[in-house]
Amino acid sequence: MNRLLLALCLMPALASAADFGVDARNYSGGAWSPYVVGAGIGVLSWLTFYFADKPIGASSFYATVAGFIGKLVARKHTQSLEHYQTEPPAVDYGFVFVICTILGGFIAAWTGGEIRNEWLHPMWVERFGNSIALRGVIGFIGGVLMAFGARLAGGCTSGHGISGTLQLNAGSWLTVIFIFIGGIAAAMLLFTYL
Amino acid sequence: MTDPGQAVKESSAPPPAVLAGRKALMAVIFGTVFGFLLQKGGVGKYNVLLGQLLLQDFTVAKVMLTAIVVGMSGVFTLHHFAKANLHLQPTKIGAQIIGGTVFGIGFALIAYCPGTGPVALGQGSWDVLFGMAGLIAGSHLFAEMSGWLKRTVETWGDQGKVMLPDLLHLPRGVFVPLFALILIIGLFLLEHFTHH
Repeated sequence: MNRLLLALCLMPALASAADFGVDARNYSGGAWSPYVVGAGIGVLSWLTFYFADKPIGASSFYATVAGFIGKLVARKHTQSLEHYQTEPPAVDYGFVFVICTILGGFIAAWTGGEIRNEWLHPMWVERFGNSIALRGVIGFIGGVLMAFGARLAGGCTSGHGISGTLQLNAGSWLTVIFIFIGGIAAAMLLFTYL
Repeated sequence: MTDPGQAVKESSAPPPAVLAGRKALMAVIFGTVFGFLLQKGGVGKYNVLLGQLLLQDFTVAKVMLTAIVVGMSGVFTLHHFAKANLHLQPTKIGAQIIGGTVFGIGFALIAYCPGTGPVALGQGSWDVLFGMAGLIAGSHLFAEMSGWLKRTVETWGDQGKVMLPDLLHLPRGVFVPLFALILIIGLFLLEHFTHH
């Protein structure tokens, strides 16, 4: 706890002083300017609001998949849960939207010659070694925490981080600020101590 | 303050059991474009995402802030002319501070987020599959606890729907351009003081 508080207070200093063992800038970044991509996502949100009456969002997809699996394994129990009474799992707009981001990512990577086909990113290997099991455990735990946090906060880096913030929703700005506080502190601790 | 309110009639109709027709086509097109843009922005890459959290690479902040400035300007214009509805989530201080922080800790471990994860999968970064399994498991864990959480954590500091201009008692027509200007200045500072 003390370490976490220290990391929070010293975040800017840590960033310049601490040695995380790797530099993310040594690996390839985006093919396009972040401003072009950001403006494109901004315009896309006009279109989703106007044509589909929907904000951009992603995290509810995983709750829908969990709901489908839950209904296969224990139908009555799953249907009795509070979350699935207010948000019954369905192949809805949000579900199709997220499935299609896989396709969009593939088309972009393919046209840009950036298909990776790898189990470990070279930056991970440089810092944490080539154990796929370690990456699997860390990734799985991260996913559990991320989904739990997203559902509790009511959205993720898309639903709150882009759609909620651009609507000037106070709770979305609050959520995003704490996503980055938690994320920066945890990443710095992870890359300092693991 | 005038509010065009429920401008788009469609939203009041009950959703169909299976997504079909025009709405399905919209989901396919918008989802594909979103995934395409995220990949071109590099935000499906482990180094870009962790680089942001280690404050080495500011691509994520630049993409998000630009999207917010552009998106906000258009969506509020559409809303003003009653061409679009706002979709505001309630502000729940306790749940969003705890949820945001827990999400952030998870973010540092998995690197990909719920929207950039599918993009990573599309580009062949197979390590995202572990994270996606975790995302499904975490969603299930939440659902199991959802009844209890709704009665406890989600009631802590529940403010209902609150917008930033309301907090400052400013009309939206004043707040939106002012805030856009502040965010653009922020982007110029980011560009000036960072290397990526």
